[in-house]
Amino acid sequence: MTFLPKPKLHHPDLAENALGYTRRDYEGAISTLCAGCGHDSISAAIVRACFELDLPPHRIAKLSGIGCSSKTPTYFLGNSHGFNSVHGRMPSVLTGANLANRDLVYLGVSGDGDSASIGLGQFAHAMRRGVNMTYIVMNNGVYGLTKGQFSATSDKGAKSKSGAINRDEAIDLVGLALQLGASFVARSFSGDKAQLVPLIKAALSHQGPAFIDCISPCITFNNHQGSTKSFDYVRAHNESINFLDLIPAREEITVAFEPGTVETVRQHDGSLLKLRKLDDTDYNPRDRLAAMSFLAKHRDAGEIVTGLLYIDPEETDLHDQLGTTATPLNSLTEAELCPGAAVLAKLNAALR
Amino acid sequence: MLPTDTRSPGYFHKVVDCQYACPAHTPVPHYIRLIAQGRYADAYMINWVSNVFPGVLGRVCDRPCEPACRRGRIEEQPVAICRLKRVAADYKTDISARLPQGPFPKNGKRIALVGAGPASLTVARDLAPLGYDLTLIDEGRAGGGMMRTQIPKFRLPDEVLDEECGYIEGLGIATRYGARVNSLKSLLAENYDAVFIGTGAPRGRDLEIPGRQEAAANIHLGIDWLSSVSFGHITAIGKRVIVLGGGNTAMDCCRSARRLGGEDVKVVVRSGFKEMKASPWEKEDAMHEDIPILNFLVPKSFTHETGKLTGVVFEKVRAEYDEKGRRALVHAGEPDIHMPADDVLIAVGQENAFPWIERDIGIDFDKWGMPVVDQDTLRTTHERVFIGGDAAFGPKNIIWAVANGHQAAISLDLFCQGQNLKTNRPGPHAALTSQKMGLHEWSYDNEISNSLRVTVPHAEKSASLTNIKTEVELGFGPDLAISEAARCLNCDVQTVFSDALCIECDGCTDICPVDCITFTDNGEEPDLRTRLNAPAHNLSQSLFVSGGLKTGRVMVKDEDVCLHCGLCAERCPTGAWDMQQFMYQSAKAGV
Repeated sequence: MTFLPKPKLHHPDLAENALGYTRRDYEGAISTLCAGCGHDSISAAIVRACFELDLPPHRIAKLSGIGCSSKTPTYFLGNSHGFNSVHGRMPSVLTGANLANRDLVYLGVSGDGDSASIGLGQFAHAMRRGVNMTYIVMNNGVYGLTKGQFSATSDKGAKSKSGAINRDEAIDLVGLALQLGASFVARSFSGDKAQLVPLIKAALSHQGPAFIDCISPCITFNNHQGSTKSFDYVRAHNESINFLDLIPAREEITVAFEPGTVETVRQHDGSLLKLRKLDDTDYNPRDRLAAMSFLAKHRDAGEIVTGLLYIDPEETDLHDQLGTTATPLNSLTEAELCPGAAVLAKLNAALR
Repeated sequence: MLPTDTRSPGYFHKVVDCQYACPAHTPVPHYIRLIAQGRYADAYMINWVSNVFPGVLGRVCDRPCEPACRRGRIEEQPVAICRLKRVAADYKTDISARLPQGPFPKNGKRIALVGAGPASLTVARDLAPLGYDLTLIDEGRAGGGMMRTQIPKFRLPDEVLDEECGYIEGLGIATRYGARVNSLKSLLAENYDAVFIGTGAPRGRDLEIPGRQEAAANIHLGIDWLSSVSFGHITAIGKRVIVLGGGNTAMDCCRSARRLGGEDVKVVVRSGFKEMKASPWEKEDAMHEDIPILNFLVPKSFTHETGKLTGVVFEKVRAEYDEKGRRALVHAGEPDIHMPADDVLIAVGQENAFPWIERDIGIDFDKWGMPVVDQDTLRTTHERVFIGGDAAFGPKNIIWAVANGHQAAISLDLFCQGQNLKTNRPGPHAALTSQKMGLHEWSYDNEISNSLRVTVPHAEKSASLTNIKTEVELGFGPDLAISEAARCLNCDVQTVFSDALCIECDGCTDICPVDCITFTDNGEEPDLRTRLNAPAHNLSQSLFVSGGLKTGRVMVKDEDVCLHCGLCAERCPTGAWDMQQFMYQSAKAGV
């Protein structure tokens, strides 16, 4: 780990976004993770995505659980709200925060241990309820903080650094998210920022549960031969199905797309997703059942499918389903919270 | 692009901007680190080897290193390199035991050095330890040349110059001070194996305008006047003084005049303020001493009454530029101005003068009266005669004279040993040494200081204006020196990349505070420059390109604004990046 603070000096021609911030303004403290950790690349991708989306840092809430991945919110968005919750409990803390203040952009950061083992139930219910959030799992297939035991996402047959073979089936978080009702599902790789940054931008703009499973090699415990989550293995088996560009709502769309090569999806917030197909198969990211069978087929073939796997731009979120107030709770006045005896009487009468 | 060959000394040499810009290639970051550690004598010796006059140059160097300093491209001000050098000279302990210790076994070769300025003294310093029998001839009563006669004492005290000339004279050199060479032919007849000419540019350019002859008693040539002041022949000047000229000599003239009784001293310059040849800091110092600098005024005539100067008439001009950007000064359409004055100092340029060189002894001169000289070997068209410094190339500065002196010494040595001056010329010494001490520990301080340039304390103006020998700049003390030294970016500690070790994890790209590292597909340089993470507009700075990596991409690093903070190497899991100190020593005679 590095002990020095990152120098404040920056490139003299560093770009500013619409808010007048540079990318450096979205950084956090210097990472104390191992040198070369994939998580640091994902942090850098989050920084870039928020900078490019012109998000005001004070309107973002970043929440995490426990583990190497859950340490990362310290290393990005140093001027945003942060909450480091109990192990595996990030989804419920985030759900509560979202119910109280629906105006913030919610970013949940978790790992394979935090989401696929101790927090599997929490993960499932957040997806099922349709909490409006971006849920990123930094998936390295091992328990890095406790010296590299297999995690629940380790592939069957993968070899640990000490030589042990994993006998258990892997939990496929993407498959679960699809099944449980996430309306934006993607998989990516920490070593491919060209793919990852647009996916994070699209997920942050998505109004509903957006899940990104990001394979992130553990440089210390899971980057050897026999690992299925090493840099070399993922690069060799990466089956990228599409390349995504996000066009924010405020930008006029001027490009005419050649039919067949590009699919466009308009999201709730008005932003437009431009999906450039990389695979010759006719993959339809709006067909949930087809996505599930496509993923299963390629998984059996030993391939890691990456890209935007599923999107439903019309899906509603938890607030819609509960019919909650459009105003964040901290902005409600006493008059709205205690509307008086007449309203109470009316309510009671309705229940008789 | 082809992979960068970092083993070639030329590549990293260019990355150390200050050292590259220094004509003598002084290892600047290396001695700045030693100053920060309080190792002043060590820092002094590093300088002494390269530039021979650290104490002098720490006060009056033209500082080509500072405009080149990388810090100036990242924040506003470069590191105060020159003033740090002075710290090494001011605070060092006795270094006499570290100098070459004579007597040196003689090699039987005799060389005469004409003029005892920085060029000749450098030749003497380099050749004496090799056993040459050297004779230093100068018309002055002590060594130093223009450093002694033209630079005022309030900028360069005699003790500093005496000390550093003394180190060289102490190497067993015969000096003929107070002796003037009137004929090169007869000097050559004294059977020297070779002669080196380092006589500088000793003649001040005059201004032949009406009234020059009539008012001659109160019109002085700048460098002659400075030299008379230096030797105490002149101790006073009139109350109203006009200095004509915009170079550093003009600045020395006006500041000296302020100290000798000049109360209303002005500098009047033909060109605009920005185009003046004087260094910015010298202009600042003059203005600080209440000397106005008036621009775009061309002197037309000297006015006089009964043989006494009364003032100068100036024509007002303005600058016009043609389509090629060439400047012309045209009449501004305003009436001429008369400025009253008691004395005028003319500092409008210097010329070389070689009345003592016979034109029939085999030395060719060009149409401007300058000797024809080989830029690399510094040999004239006469086999045994070498020339360097201002004498060879016109008025430049001390550090160029020193650099010429080193090259001339190499040539003289090769010539006297019967070797070819070009093909046998020694190359530079270069070495790369890893600075890794531990997992994330380096043997240099890689924390980047955010502090701004420290200003040098000055003596009280009232005190310095009353005594021409009171040094104006007081120099940094150890505390200020440490703060200023910490601003150095250690550009000599290089980021060395081994493509075979890289796993393309992006750790370095993500951490780099100035976005100078990119992994991308290879291409031609103009194309690559457009595809980097941050703009790479500075074409004078190289791109460092690796060999092909596993994914087929290459690593491209724009050297322009790299902070040499070592974070890329700290975040590298495989040691593909390493921080290695690049030591570059230009060749010296016999080394």
